[in-house]
Amino acid sequence: MAQNQTIETDIIIIGAGPVGLFAVFEAGLLKMRCHLIDVLPQPGGQLTEIYPKKPIYDIPGYPSILASDLVTNLMRQIEPFKPGFSLAERAESLEKLEDGRWCVTTNRGTKHLAPVIFIAGGLGSFEPRKPPISNIADFEERGVEYFVRNPEMFQNQKVVIAGGGDSALDWAIYLANIAKELTLIHRRTEFRGALDSVEKVMHLAEIKKIRLVTNAQVVGLHGNGKLESIEILHDTDGNFKIEADHFVPLFGLTPKLGPIAEWGLGVSSNAVEVNTFDYATTTPGIFAIGDINTYPGKLKLILCGFHEATLACQSAFKIMHPDKKLSFKYTTVTGIEGLPAK
Amino acid sequence: MDTIKITIVDREGISQEYEAPTDMGLNIMELCKALELPVEGTCGGMALCASCHVYVLSDNELPEPSNDELDMLDSAFFVQPNSRLGCQLKLHEGLDGLQIKLAPNG
Repeated sequence: MAQNQTIETDIIIIGAGPVGLFAVFEAGLLKMRCHLIDVLPQPGGQLTEIYPKKPIYDIPGYPSILASDLVTNLMRQIEPFKPGFSLAERAESLEKLEDGRWCVTTNRGTKHLAPVIFIAGGLGSFEPRKPPISNIADFEERGVEYFVRNPEMFQNQKVVIAGGGDSALDWAIYLANIAKELTLIHRRTEFRGALDSVEKVMHLAEIKKIRLVTNAQVVGLHGNGKLESIEILHDTDGNFKIEADHFVPLFGLTPKLGPIAEWGLGVSSNAVEVNTFDYATTTPGIFAIGDINTYPGKLKLILCGFHEATLACQSAFKIMHPDKKLSFKYTTVTGIEGLPAK
Repeated sequence: MDTIKITIVDREGISQEYEAPTDMGLNIMELCKALELPVEGTCGGMALCASCHVYVLSDNELPEPSNDELDMLDSAFFVQPNSRLGCQLKLHEGLDGLQIKLAPNG
């Protein structure tokens, strides 16, 4: 997607998890267009990122459905309404425009304009789990990378990867052929990743393409303006330093409420306060649905999020069309009339 | 109601004994949340977030950690040999006298 693009829509949905996706359907029935923003590169939120192969038992009509299948079905269900997506982008800032619309800008500079915002951010945006090293933030983008975005940048570099899961193993294998030196550091002796990857890493360690340091963790980062060396604490050998141009800690993702907490909406214990009439926040035009909201009696269930999305759409329609009367219709009677591609 | 006694040391080092019911199907993470201790339980108890990471200080007999729990502990920080995920420890009579300490937020 081009930088600094501007997208105009009816409802900006922040979070492409199950509730955000279903909101597109309910909005579509009322002829409102939606555009979803999500920090993850694919739709589905937690269902895709955390537990795609786990069964869910409390979706009405499905005695059991795998989380990834529910996302696939939701994507099919909303297809007629041609939603837009800004994926791998994090909603960063909120601004009220003079014409009354809202503008949500992402970390990549994409601007989204709409009269209504649905915050369907779940537990927040998924961020890499950062090791508790006191000065780690000082070296971010100066040698510390939490994702491998462009493997070529590691060419002829001294790279240290930390972690014991699949992504640590896979990147160690891949970068062993690109980096000048590749060190893999893991807290324990055993790796819990795919057996095939573990064997490959062991083989690369034997032929000295990977320096494997187990029973150890990175406890310090050193350098002047950019990373130069890292300090390792080994369970039995104590502390030692090795030279490093890059440190790539791969400990998975964890959700954080993030910038939304600073938007001046009523936030209490990591959730946005809403009323139970239409799940509106205290800011007109902004609704919060799904796991991210809170109200007396709140249950964090996908089922409840679907209901919240449906009612929020009714009020969104009134904001979009203050003069029109909304008549309630059943899909069984009217069928699904899609929206043309934009 | 059937109850057991559990001692929880919070992140400030303050230790307190609580009475916990064994007939409600609660786990340690849910108990901590019910007691309004600073445990998030982000993933809802699927051993997928480590926000309920605790150290077990007493020698009560515990179930062996599942592969999912071990996987998660591999991605967590401040892990020690007595680390467990609270959400994987269900309250029952055998845990009477259990002592745990909340691990630092990671």
